[in-house]
Amino acid sequence: MRIRTKRDPQSYTFPGYGTEAFPSLLLRGAGDLDNWKIQAYEGRHEGYQALRKALASAPAEVTEEVKRSGLRGRGGAGFPTGLKWTFMPKDTEEKKVTRYVVCNADEGEPGTFKDRAILEYNPHQLIEGMIIAGWAMQCRMGFIYVRGEFKWLVDKLDAAIQEAREQGYLGKNILGSGWDFDLLTYRGAGAYICGEETALLNSLEGRRGEPRVKPPFPAQVGAYGQPTTVNNVETFACVPPILRMGGAAFAGIGSPNNSGTRIFGISGHVKRPGLYELPMGTPLRFLVEELAGGTSSGRPIKAICPGGSSAPFLTAEDLDTPMDFDAMKAKGTMAGSGGVVVMDDSVCMVQVALRLAHFYAHESCGQCTPCREGCNWMEMILHRIEHGQGRMEDLDLLASLTPRINLRTLCPLGDAAAGPIESILKKWRPEFEHHVKTGHCLAQESHLLVGAH
Amino acid sequence: MNHPLPPETAEHPLAPGQRLAEVERRELSPEALAEIRALAQRYPQRMAATLPALYVAQRDFGFLSLGAMKAVARALELPEGHVFGVATFYTMFRKAPVGKYHMQVCTNLSCALRGAAQVVKKLAERTGAVPGGGPTADGLWSIEEVECLASCGSGPCVQVNHGVYDEFLDEAALEQVLEACRKGEVPAWGEE
Repeated sequence: MRIRTKRDPQSYTFPGYGTEAFPSLLLRGAGDLDNWKIQAYEGRHEGYQALRKALASAPAEVTEEVKRSGLRGRGGAGFPTGLKWTFMPKDTEEKKVTRYVVCNADEGEPGTFKDRAILEYNPHQLIEGMIIAGWAMQCRMGFIYVRGEFKWLVDKLDAAIQEAREQGYLGKNILGSGWDFDLLTYRGAGAYICGEETALLNSLEGRRGEPRVKPPFPAQVGAYGQPTTVNNVETFACVPPILRMGGAAFAGIGSPNNSGTRIFGISGHVKRPGLYELPMGTPLRFLVEELAGGTSSGRPIKAICPGGSSAPFLTAEDLDTPMDFDAMKAKGTMAGSGGVVVMDDSVCMVQVALRLAHFYAHESCGQCTPCREGCNWMEMILHRIEHGQGRMEDLDLLASLTPRINLRTLCPLGDAAAGPIESILKKWRPEFEHHVKTGHCLAQESHLLVGAH
Repeated sequence: MNHPLPPETAEHPLAPGQRLAEVERRELSPEALAEIRALAQRYPQRMAATLPALYVAQRDFGFLSLGAMKAVARALELPEGHVFGVATFYTMFRKAPVGKYHMQVCTNLSCALRGAAQVVKKLAERTGAVPGGGPTADGLWSIEEVECLASCGSGPCVQVNHGVYDEFLDEAALEQVLEACRKGEVPAWGEE
């Protein structure tokens, strides 16, 4: 087993982090290479105390506590976690059905790098959260599906799971409760689509990662045909703090209906890129200007992608928007995965749109037509505009394409592809027109693309 | 109307008309076979061992030739069509040989904003490999553009084979990575 030992150059903290105004729940000890070990988690971060508390109460009470916390799924959709847990069928004991809890660690959304930090520095918090979820839903087995590129993190997780087993937190008769639970890791192989929960379940079964037709939802027919609940890494990592502090206290952090803290990742043209854990509803401006220090070039901000590449783009005028699910939705975009990408005015938006269209065309699983054909069309149209062969009617064609993809596919990948392209075309249409008329970028120094695109 | 199409890149699982690479060898090594047989028992269903088994075969053969995929299908007692389908769906299963040091550069948005395109260009100049064009004649290098490696805050990022992951790449850091490969300090493809 090889565990990564190289120092991590990224920033995880800021002045005031860990105080009452900026509680530290998820990134505790991040940056410290020994923080992943069980001694550090138990010794410094109140590790596995929430599990003891959970096992002392009935499973339904644990779910109630999570419901009370108002926790919403951190994978992107923001679905209430406690409610999701109640969808699992109750009468499985009589029917002798197995139930599974699955962790989605297939982090691949461009602009998002938060789950990686949890796996790297706080794997035990994820493991503890999964054991508690397993208890709440009375599962016997859980899976952690990790993207294939994170091989060293799978090794680390396996080592952490083994530590937890040795301490009696996993395996038979956990802490004398008479309840058995164990975890297995599973490594993906490079497919963005496997971040969609039913595609993930197919991949976990050893199949191609193609999303399933819903219903039946995973809570009825999930992994290996059994009732299954899939949550994101950060969602599970929120569960131990909720049980330690109580659901009501967790609900007191953040903005109404958007409780708790969230790890925001900021990247692109900023002075201090990195991961910052902030209460939900913190204004975008605080993250971009205070914590990340504004643009690295000192030039004005042109575009902001507020929640991973699938979120429609914002401009500098929207900097006062609170970063929570509802406020972002009201702005016509989404809080998504919390990955904020900042672009200064040296960037050509046609190149940005083409790079994203290339990504979605490449990652479309090819199962349903609007996404398979639509994403490729978008890429081809944008390719010819970027390369000086576009026609004016291409802009209308592109604008008519996006609503024909959006909400017409089996899974949200189609929507994710259409949203940002639609917003870029709408907000920066003069750049597209300039490209068509002159064959060149309006922003002269933009070099985002490698020859092939 | 004669509009140019974006070129097919080697990132596509199999380009139209491309044939699966074939090699002489058809059997897994005894160790790999034993490992796959053990994997078949590990999950609730045997089919779930497909992805892990393909990784084992890839390490054993160097890449997934048609023979390697057939051997996996035999070892897991699954239809060949299923194994081909899975192997060609996922980009991390290599259907053609790669260099001893397979350099994967993220060129998606966050990394592109921080100069990933220049990293690819520089790497191509320094190693002589063509991005997406297979290994160099000496078999040492291959370069591939990949999608987001979840290193957005510390990009641009290059991943060498499966282990090493280097971030905040500038020209000096890139030289260091290449030097470490030349000195053999980085595990070669298939050694990890």
